[in-house]
Amino acid sequence: MTADSNGLHVDVWRGSGTEGSFERFLVPMQESQTILDVVAWIQQYADPTLSYRYACRVGMCGSCAMMVNGVPRWTCRTHIKKVIKDNVLTIAPLRNLPVIKDLAADMDPFFDRWVAAGGVHHPTRDRNDAVEQISPATPERIEADAGIECINCSVCYAACDTVANNVDFLGPAALQRAWTLYLDPKDADPGAILDAVSGRGGCHNCHSQGSCTLHCPNGLNPMKAIAGLKRETVSSFFRGGR
Amino acid sequence: MIRPHRSHPLWTAYLLHRLSGLGLALFLPVHFYVLSFALNQPERLDAFLRFSDDPLVKIAEFGLVFLLAVHVFGGLRLLALEFLPWSPRQKTLAASAVAGAFLVAGAFFLQAV
Repeated sequence: MTADSNGLHVDVWRGSGTEGSFERFLVPMQESQTILDVVAWIQQYADPTLSYRYACRVGMCGSCAMMVNGVPRWTCRTHIKKVIKDNVLTIAPLRNLPVIKDLAADMDPFFDRWVAAGGVHHPTRDRNDAVEQISPATPERIEADAGIECINCSVCYAACDTVANNVDFLGPAALQRAWTLYLDPKDADPGAILDAVSGRGGCHNCHSQGSCTLHCPNGLNPMKAIAGLKRETVSSFFRGGR
Repeated sequence: MIRPHRSHPLWTAYLLHRLSGLGLALFLPVHFYVLSFALNQPERLDAFLRFSDDPLVKIAEFGLVFLLAVHVFGGLRLLALEFLPWSPRQKTLAASAVAGAFLVAGAFFLQAV
């Protein structure tokens, strides 16, 4: 397969660390073509040294997110027809994360913040106890059920200007994870979660710009989760807690 | 130019809140400085008040009242977002804050001219 003059003009970020520049590729247009298809075509037919990350290709694993025309998107489920302007596409690694090489961002800072936000289960029972029965119908469980659909793609983290301007900020995904655990009656230490999310870099740094919620490919609402954490931390303070 | 990931109403509401806050922070010292004339230079205050009758100053005051109102309503919107039960109508609330600010500033302007 070769590119023709009617193909897509695709500017792809090439480089590692802070060094790099855009390189233009001509990619043939196809029916139902996704951004990930475009990147895969370049790697298979134009330049095998292009580095990028993907796994499932069906929007479940959260590994293929990239900046497409300046907006963070899951590339496997973004059709080019949705985002193309004047037959030109710009594809870059996710914002707010270090670049390993080309389109592959280093996800370590993103996942480190999941742990820092108290995103670790504090058990109430051990293996000898019976499994705790949880009603799926309570408002808290319904709220947590929405949050746990997060696929860890880091699109919200890349969309967030507070993450960009505050190195300590935990970011939308980690705070939403903390919110789901806080709402879980099986968690033994909700106070520890409130401590983790109300310190330096915690939920009160959020400016409620809403870019996380707007760009979340799964339609989740981290801004709502962070508002919930703000409400609970303030409520805990006035109750004489931490 | 606004970068593509920021081109949505709530980011614009954030920008408006930040800029109106900065504008008010610049205005307030000048405001108190002029008010201080009442204590020690009343003739200078009278001259300033005559200058403020100029229609162009009234238009500037419209802008000032708009900044104040949009900052107040925007702040109330953020307090509601963070402390009241969640409402999915955040864009509507942001637009209402701007509309309310235009109403207040417009009412001030009509009353002033």
